Parts: sequence; structure tokens; C-alpha cells
Amino acid sequence: MRRLTWFNATSLTLGFAFLYIPMLIVIIYSFNESRLVTVWGGFSTKWYGELLQNEAFLSAAWVTFKVGFFSSIIATVLGTMGAYVLVRGGRFYGRTLFSGMIYAPLVMPEVITGLSLLLLFISIGLDRGLFTIILAHATFSMCYVSVVVSSRLVSFDRSVEEAALDLGATPFEAFRLVTLPIIAPAVISGWLLALTLSLDDLVIASFVAGPSATTLPIKVFSSIRLGVSPEINALSTILILIVTVGTVAASLTTKRAVMRRQKAEQMADQSS
Amino acid sequence: MNLRRLSLIAVPYLWLFGLFFVPFLIVFKISLSDIALSIPPYTPTLELSEGWAGFKDMVSKFDFENFEFLATDDLYWKSYLSSVQIALISTFICLLIGFPIAYGMANAPKEWQPTLMLLVILPFWTSFLIRVYSLIGLLGQEGLLNQFLMWIGLINDPLIILNTNLAVYIGIVYTYCPFMILPIYATLIKLDGSLLEAAEDLGCSRTEAFWRITVPLSKAGIIAGCFLVFIPALGEFVIPSLLGGSDTLMIGKVLYEEFFSNRDWPVAGAVAVILLLILIVPIVLYQRNEQKMMEAEQ
Repeated sequence: MRRLTWFNATSLTLGFAFLYIPMLIVIIYSFNESRLVTVWGGFSTKWYGELLQNEAFLSAAWVTFKVGFFSSIIATVLGTMGAYVLVRGGRFYGRTLFSGMIYAPLVMPEVITGLSLLLLFISIGLDRGLFTIILAHATFSMCYVSVVVSSRLVSFDRSVEEAALDLGATPFEAFRLVTLPIIAPAVISGWLLALTLSLDDLVIASFVAGPSATTLPIKVFSSIRLGVSPEINALSTILILIVTVGTVAASLTTKRAVMRRQKAEQMADQSS
Repeated sequence: MNLRRLSLIAVPYLWLFGLFFVPFLIVFKISLSDIALSIPPYTPTLELSEGWAGFKDMVSKFDFENFEFLATDDLYWKSYLSSVQIALISTFICLLIGFPIAYGMANAPKEWQPTLMLLVILPFWTSFLIRVYSLIGLLGQEGLLNQFLMWIGLINDPLIILNTNLAVYIGIVYTYCPFMILPIYATLIKLDGSLLEAAEDLGCSRTEAFWRITVPLSKAGIIAGCFLVFIPALGEFVIPSLLGGSDTLMIGKVLYEEFFSNRDWPVAGAVAVILLLILIVPIVLYQRNEQKMMEAEQ
């Protein structure tokens, strides 16, 4: 039954055309010689050169990178702990509130998260800047990490962990030597998700950033408001390229890991 | 409870409590306060030096004036209504576009599926802002869509799409479509093909089999996809402010402007509280649907 009918082929073609044509146009026009963004003036890479000389964009990119680096690491550690508590924590006082706090940020409108964090930072007198953006990003992305990691924790065989404990491992050793290697793929994809969310975020950052720190999305947003520009086209092309390479590489790696695991399981079955 | 377990629970718990739960209490508190010409720009504030008496004094000054203001001022309830309307219609269009794509993917040859999946996930990882930006160049008066339509002779004068509600619809459908496709694809791929064959053997036409078997069995995915589009679309800020016009009323944008342009924190707080109350219903329904899906899998 899995054959490509006329209807399916049409819906796939039209659907992917809809998803990809706008981005392809941005990529094509980033090589446009003319400053007029709607007129083709010949091939040129000059906008990439101008972008690389634009101090404001470069420093915003550096801020974004720092925020993404630190917030995604904090989010991964806290999110993995959160997943562990959700799946293995057992009963404790306030468990419902805890799982609510893990799931709520996933569906919370960004304007509300941003507003509430800003009001918190103001009322405790914390100066807004790099540090507050890192705190804000770590908070909402740890919830995404928790969800990704807990789905892996639920499905894994707990007896291997218990065997390690029976054989004399301390709980921490059992976690480091047994549990962590098993959940590592989920932890890594959680970390990548946290990093992407942080690099992408505009709304929450514009609430908590303050005048001293400008991230790349904030900078891009304020220049987009003035209209389409060839520098933004060039920047978008670079970012799309990075994401494409990253996603394709990640999917190839997981595919290989799955194949290796299947092979190992087959060998284990045969030898037993 | 030993110390190790306690600290494992306490660290993420306290983090979320301090940076997620407490901020909400602050928003709620400020929504009950009044605007004032001071720093911070609202009154009353908590006087920690006065202890319990200071707290009681603050609570006694709370009122629901801001909420009454929201109910009486046209701007706000119109914004809520038009946000709900825009989110609902965009969700429906997303379903109309997303379902055929998910269906086509699930029925494509098996060796194509990883690639098709990658093609849906890729926009999902690409910057949201850039995807919205890519529509600006396309939909503008001198944009490529108008150039194309004029070139093929369908229209004589450029259509005005950018800075209207139509552009907001296009923007939401374009950026949130992957959220609709993925859960529907996930349920369709698990659909047992022999059920459809059985239906056809028993005399069902293909269309009938689709409506009586495929659609009901992918219901959980359809519901999940609809909520995943509707919930974020309702509070959307970036799309209405970049693609919409000055007459586009969406509550996320109103909240942002209330806070930053008007500097009326108490009213912005009240807008946030009401938005949250509106969202609680779809969020609870979504969670219930997810739980049902998990139970069905076990």
C-alpha cells in the first residue's frame, strides 16, 4: 500500500514548496548585487563582506553565543536532574506542583514568561544584562530538556542500574557509569534543543535584556522593522546553512547509532 | 529521605519555584496594584521593614480596578476576541494544509521517509525570526508574489498583503505548520494498513475508508497538532508586529506595548493574568489528550 499516488505526490510537492520557497528566495537574494531587494542586479557576495564588517551584528552574535553556551549547559544539568526527579523521584511533598512547573513553560506564551521574569528581576533589584538573559533562558529550556530526557528514562530497563548497585557501585557511580551512557543521546538532543531555543529567542530576551546586552535576534528584529535588507538576507543564509548542516549531521549520526545498537542487540541475541 | 535524594529534588525544584512560580505571583500581585509615578511605577509596594504589618497594609490596598478597566475598555476585549479568532482560523488552515502533507509522508515509499521527516524538522530548527522575515520579502507590495502574479497576468495592480491580517494568517500557518504535521504523521505511520484493506474488501470505497478509518484513528494526532498550533498562536507577538498592520489586534502585542510604550505595568499584569486564564482550558485539554495517547501506547 505504500506507493506514491498522484494525490500524495501533489500534496507533498505543494506542501514542501510552501515550506521552502520563502527561505530559498532569501538565500538567492542574499547573492544579489543590488541594494534593492526586489530587483535582481547580478551575482555578488559583497553583502557577506559587509555583514562581517558590521560591528553591531558581530557583537550581538557574540552575546548570543555566550548566552546560548552557558544557558544550555545549565539547562541540560538542571533538566536532566528534573527528569530524574519526575521519573524516579517517587512521592514527595509538592510533586504535582513540580511536574506542573516542568510542563507549563512549554506552553506558556513568551510574552508572559518574559514579563514575569522581568518583574522578578526588578523586584529583587538584579541589574539586567547578560546574566539575566542566561537565567531566563536556562529556566525555560531546562523544561524542554526534562521532557526529552524523561521520555528516554521511562523506556529504559531499570534492572541494569540495580545490578550496578548490587555489585557495589555507589548511587553516583551507578548514575555515571550505567545510567548516563544509556540516556546520553537524549541528554545531547536536549542540550541541542536548549541551545537552539536560546539562540532563537527574541521575546523573552527583549524583556530581560536591558540596554547593556543586545542579542542577535533583538538586533535582527529591530533592523527587520525597518524593512528587508541584503545584510539580513546574508545573515539568514548563514544561519540556515548552519542549521541545515547541523540537522543533517545529527540525523546521520543517530541513524548510525541506531544501526549499531541493532547490530549489537542481534549479536547479543545470537550469543545467548 | 536521605540527603542525596533531597538535594537532587531540591535543586531543580527551587530553581523553577524561584524563576517560574514566584514571578507569576509577582505578576498577579502587580495586576492588583495601581499605576503610580514612582520607581517601580506602581503602588502599593511591600515594605519589608514593617514585617507582617507591612504585608497586611499592602494586601488591604489591592483592588480589581485593572480587571474592571480591561472589561470596560474596547481595545482589550476586542484584542482577546481577535486573537482567539486569528488563532482558531490559522489552526484550521494549518490542519487543512498539514494533514495532506502528513498523509503523503506516511504513505510515501519507506526509504523516502527519513528524508521527508528531515524536511519537516529542518524549518522547525531554523530561526523563527528568519522564517517570518522570509515572508516580508515575499508578500510586500513590490514583493516576489506580486511580481509573479502580475507577470502571469492574474492581477494588474499589486495586492496589499503585508501589514494586514491576511499576512498574519499566512505567517502563523507558515511558521507553525511543522507542529501540525509531526503529530499527525506520528499517528498515521502507526496505522495498520490491513484495516484499510479489510474495509475495501468489505465494500468500502477509498474515500469512505479514509473518513471512517484513517481520520478517526489519527484523531489523537490531529488534536495534539491543533493545540500545538493554537496555544502559541494565541499569545503570538513577533508575527503580528512584523507582518500585521496597525489595526491588527493581538493580545501578545497589546501586552508588549502596554508594558514598554505605555509603561502601565499593572494593566500589563492584568492582561497577562487574563490571557493565562483563557489558555488554561486548551492546556488542560491538551494534557489530557497526551495522557490518553500515552496510555494507548502501553
